[in-house]
Order: sequence, then C-alpha cells, then structure tokens
Amino acid sequence: MPEVKPMEGNQAVAEAMRQINPDAVAAYPITPSTEIVQTFAQFVADGEVDTNFVAVESEHSAMSACTAAAAAGGRVMNVTSANGLALMWEILYITASLRQPVILTVVNRALSGNINIHCDHSDTMGARDAGWIQLYGENVQEAYDNLIQAVVIGEREDVRLPVMSCLDGFLVSHSYELLQVEDDEAVQEFIGPYQPRYPLLDIENPITMGPLDLWDFYFEHKRDQWEAYGPAKQAIIEVGQAFGEEFGRPYGLMEKYHLDDADFVVMAMSSMAGTAKDAVETLREDGVKAGLLKLRAFRPFPSEEIVATLQNAAAVAICDRAASFGAETGPLYAETIAALYSAGMQIPCCNYIYGLGGRQVTPEEIVGIYRDLERIAAEGQPSQPLQFLGVRG
Amino acid sequence: MPKNLKQLSHTPLRLTGGHRLCPGCGEPIVVRQVLMATDDPVIAASCTGCLEVSTTIFPYTAWNIPWIHIAFENAAATIAGIEAMYKAHKARAAKGTPLPDYIDPDADYKFVAFAGDGGTYDIGFQSLSGATERGHQFLYVCLNNEAYMNTGIQRSSATPMGGHTTTSPAGSVIPGKQQHQKDLTACMAAHDMPYVAQSIPGRWRDLTRKAEKAFAIDGPTFINVLTPCPLGWRLAPEMTPEISQLAADTCMWPLYEVEDGQWKLTYKPKEKKPIEEYLEPQGRFRHLFRDEKGAEMRQKMQEWADYKWNQLLERCGEQ
Ligand SMILES: Cc1ncc(C[n+]2csc(CCOP(=O)(O)OP(=O)(O)O)c2C)c(N)n1
Repeated sequence: MPEVKPMEGNQAVAEAMRQINPDAVAAYPITPSTEIVQTFAQFVADGEVDTNFVAVESEHSAMSACTAAAAAGGRVMNVTSANGLALMWEILYITASLRQPVILTVVNRALSGNINIHCDHSDTMGARDAGWIQLYGENVQEAYDNLIQAVVIGEREDVRLPVMSCLDGFLVSHSYELLQVEDDEAVQEFIGPYQPRYPLLDIENPITMGPLDLWDFYFEHKRDQWEAYGPAKQAIIEVGQAFGEEFGRPYGLMEKYHLDDADFVVMAMSSMAGTAKDAVETLREDGVKAGLLKLRAFRPFPSEEIVATLQNAAAVAICDRAASFGAETGPLYAETIAALYSAGMQIPCCNYIYGLGGRQVTPEEIVGIYRDLERIAAEGQPSQPLQFLGVRG
Repeated sequence: MPKNLKQLSHTPLRLTGGHRLCPGCGEPIVVRQVLMATDDPVIAASCTGCLEVSTTIFPYTAWNIPWIHIAFENAAATIAGIEAMYKAHKARAAKGTPLPDYIDPDADYKFVAFAGDGGTYDIGFQSLSGATERGHQFLYVCLNNEAYMNTGIQRSSATPMGGHTTTSPAGSVIPGKQQHQKDLTACMAAHDMPYVAQSIPGRWRDLTRKAEKAFAIDGPTFINVLTPCPLGWRLAPEMTPEISQLAADTCMWPLYEVEDGQWKLTYKPKEKKPIEEYLEPQGRFRHLFRDEKGAEMRQKMQEWADYKWNQLLERCGEQ
C-alpha cells in the first residue's frame, strides 16, 4: 500500500532509487547529497536492491563508469552536487552525445569559490549546455516523483538522453516533509524494464562507440542530437500526465500558480517557488493579481509554453539562483527574454539574482518583488533591470 | 596450455588492417598480440590517444570487437563501468532474473583497456589506481611509447631522462628531460593486484603468455608494454621489434612479472648491453652523443638503469 511518511529530501531520493533498483550506481560523496549515497550503499549492503554499487574514487570516474555501464546495456544512476558536478563536466557532454540515459540526482549547491556547501543553482546552470534534460523539483515529494519520471523520460526510444533531477541543497535535501511513498511494484510497473540500444555487451554485434568524428560528420551528429530535445519536451509532458493518472500527481513542463488572470508574474524554479506561493496567497488576499510560473523543465527549455503562459502578464520578474559572470543577466532571464522577443512580445521584465550560497529568501522579499512589478507595469519598464535580492552593501 | 605460434596465427584478427597508425607503430602489434591471447569474448576500452584516433575515424572502424572510448583520463573507470554492468547482469541472473538475450550465458567475458602512457602514468593514474583498488576484473595494457604522441610528442612521466620531446626539448643549455621516468609497474605492483607485468612487442611469446595469464584472472591485471613509436623516437620504422629487444637487453626495460606478490624475471639477457646500444638508433637521444654534457647525461642514465636492474634482481630473488 502507498504510505505517507515523514522523510528528508535525500531519503526520498534514496527511497526512489531503491524502488527503481538500477543495475549499476557509481557515485562519490559530497555535501549535501552524501546521505543519498550512504543510504543507498546501506540498501546494497542489506540486499534490498540488486544494484552493482561502485564506490568510485572521484566524480570524474563516477560519471565515466556510469556512462560506460549504460553503454554496456543497463539502467544506471548517480548522485552529486556542486564541485562534484563540475568535476564530471567533461563527461556530462559525452554521456549526452553517446545518448546514454544515465539518471543523475543533483542536490544543488553553490560552486566554489569561495567554498560554500549551501544551495544555489550555479552547479546545474553551469552544465546547462551539456545536453542533459534538467528537471527541478520544489520539495521532497517532487524530488521523489521527478526521479521516477526521469527514468521513463530519458529511456524513451525517441529521447535516449541523460536526465538531471535537481533539488535544492539543505532547503529540500535536509528538510523533513510528508512524502507519499508509492508501492515498489507500482514504481517498477511505471518505469518498466530497461530497453538497451546497441549494448556493448552484445558480442555478436560489435559496435565502436565514441570514435573520432571530424568535420565531415560531427556537425550532422550534433544536429541529430539537437533534434532529440523536441521529443524530450513531449516526453516530459506525456510522462508527467501518465504519472498523474497512475499516482494522482500530474506534472508538466511548469506549474502555473494563480496564473490564469495574473498581471504580475514571478518566474522561479525549485524551493523558492514554495516561498513564492505563500507570497502569492498573501497578495491575492489584498486583491493583487499575483501569479507564479514555476519552471520544472529548464532543459529542454520550453520557450513556446513560457510565451503562451506569460502573454497576458503586465510585468514579469525572473528569478535566477545563479550568476552568469560577465553576462548582464542570469541564465533563466536571458533565455526567457529570448523566447519572448522571438515571439514579438514586449512585456516589461526584470531579473533578480537571489539566494547565492544559501542566502535565505523570505516571503516578505518576494512580496517586495511583486510591489516592484506593479511599479514596473505602471512605468512600462524597470528602472533597475537587474537586482541582487537581499544582498548587503 | 599457452597457444603456440600456429594457433596464434590462426586467431581471427580483432583489430583489423586499414587503420591509420603510422608505419612501424608498436601499438597495433601490441594490441593484436594481447587480443590473440584469448578466445573468449572481449570488450575493449581505449582512452584518447593515437590508438583511438587512428583506428576509429568515423564512419570507419578497425575493431571487430565491442569497443568504447569516452575520454583521455578514464580508460580504467570506463572498463570498470562495463565490467560492473556485466557483473550486475550476472548477479541478477544468479538470483533468477533471466540474462539479457544479448549476453551469452556460457561465455566468460573479458574486459581490456588499452591506454597510452599519458593516459596511464599521468592524467589517468587516479582512475587506474581507483579501479585497481576496487578489484574489478580487467586487463589494463599500457601502450607505453614514453610520450604524448597523439598531440605531437610531449613529455610524460614515462619519458626517460635525457629524452627529447617537444616539451622537454634538447637545447643548448638543457639536454632533454631532466627527470627519471616514473616506475609505474612497481607502483601497480604496490597495489597488491594479482598480476602485473612488463613486456615488449619484440618478444611475442613473452607478451602473449602474460596476456593469457592476465585474462585468466578474475581481478585487476596490468601489463606495461614498451611500445616503440618510430615518429616520436626518430627511429627507422622497421626497427620496432628490434629496438624493444634492445631495451630488454640493456635492462632499460626489463621483462618481468609480479604474480600474487612474487616478482619474477621472464627474460634475463645473457650479457647486459650498455645503454648506448639502445639509445644510439633513436633520434630522440641523438643530442646525448654530441658533447661532454651528453656523455654525462648518458652516464647518469646508465647508473639509473643499473640501479633499477639491481633493485629488480633483488625483488626477484636473483641476487
Ligand atoms: C583532458 C584532456 N587533456 C588533454 C587532451 C589532449 N590529448 C589527447 S591525446 C593526448 C596525449 C596522448 O598521449 P598518450 O596517452 O601517451 O597516448 P599516445 O597518443 O602516445 O598513444 C593529449 C595530451 C585531452 N584529449 N583531454
């Protein structure tokens, strides 16, 4: 029977991994995701999973071994954060290019330097062009649900791409919430058996994987890869619907919170969306038409759907939990603006960079953002296009 | 029973002709000798380097066996990942889940990594050390041509003292590389792995026997093969087998194995030749024959070779 249990985000991820029961996991500990690796290692030690757990000596080897294990033919998972993800960076691109649907949980944490163990999205934003699907979860339940869906999305025949399932370090990874844990059998049923494509262990049909690919073919291969992200978007939608039908919690590319009639829209990802929902409630009580666009899929970036969702907004605040140094805005802002501009839409927008290195965001600060939006809508453009929320000095 | 020459010559080629390695390159010779040593299914991994770029130029491949390349510093992690998946399927099968239909239940799969000295001694050392400590079943073959050849002959920690490379050039002040080469074979032996050896392509029986032994072990094994590179060594291409034999005869590259901690010479030159016989045919050491400074360098190199040889004899209980 499905059960409701208090669980931390990390435990919820480990629980989903137990239920998925992958063929291989190669992982390396780093705060704040260490607990997932430890919990999973215990599942292995207690015979609760069949997984071959490879306790590698680095994240570089972790992602190398995962990519190779997936290429050999089987379901593979991995876990990391921040510097660990940075150390995998070279291999991330290769996993995606080899079209291996490795599933990676990233517990988001600020990249060094200086060293900081708390949440921001600089790690996964830094990997945004690597070719991985990226899903961002708001809370413990979403971390659990997203991981299960990630398996189905990544392994779909028309997708075959690796997936990062992201949750906020400490804010979600170490927060206890009530989690609806589904039945092991129901999860297995939902993900289905792994369907390998060109497995290296197929001795009768030897293939050469990862060859030298020069100017005469590389470009076509990259274009072919490019074309997988359309089906990937569709897969996120369809798998999210199917998940809803099966477990009663439907998902899509984004969550629209009081958006139908919203004039003032905040766009954010992950746990900040939870805080923003509070602010929206408060403002709605005062008659302010506030709404929230919580983006779940950053890769593929759902430009069309974002444009359609924002078309009636009077002003939009786009919140980035990462800085893109040397650029004039954060990455979420840049991509959203590009989408709006391409669609010929001139909505006044502003960019907030917030929460770097785990800096708390309060509901009051978010209410302040909506107040700014009222002013921006009235004036037709922001006086300050980029602000650092809650920063001193 | 080890295969005899006739049997070896009838083993189907797993690395075929038509690849684009240089004339006289030692790498395909070593790869073929190693792969001839087993009739079991083999899956190979390579790291970035000459072998990879020259045997797999898309849309062609010279490999008749499953082969993968991921990056430069991770041949060991790569082969470990493949082995881990194989073992995962086998373990599930032992508990009653049917093996995937593409895995032959009766065969004994082998896993081999071929990596250059750059990918092994330097950038891939951590990956190799880690995979070895974890005890995966694989044979790791270092195609040791003593420099980064693929990128144009840069020094590695396998480059011998005095060797000219493009990043340890022989100049008017500095006569080539200033440091001795890392003794990686001994480093690997210090991992207490079940089988470690040094070999050369010039003695096929030595190398194929060692590969046979390594393939028979369910654990990590390592063979460091001195692999001449005519281009980088400035060597006549037809001299590849011969120069490797001279490396053994001068004790610059002794042939031995370490089996379960037991060190054993597999070849003892009847008469230990002076290192000059090995150095002279190679353009990379030519500057050592020009002046007094070169002679001093050769002296140091001879002393080092003697020191390492005596150390090895002692380890092998030959002294
Ligand atoms: C991370 C990384 N650094 C550097 C390179 C460039 N690179 C490619 S092959 C190579 C040298 C290969 O030398 P070695 O391993 O000795 O093999 P060889 O080509 O001599 O067989 C280098 C430096 C790379 N591909 N990846």
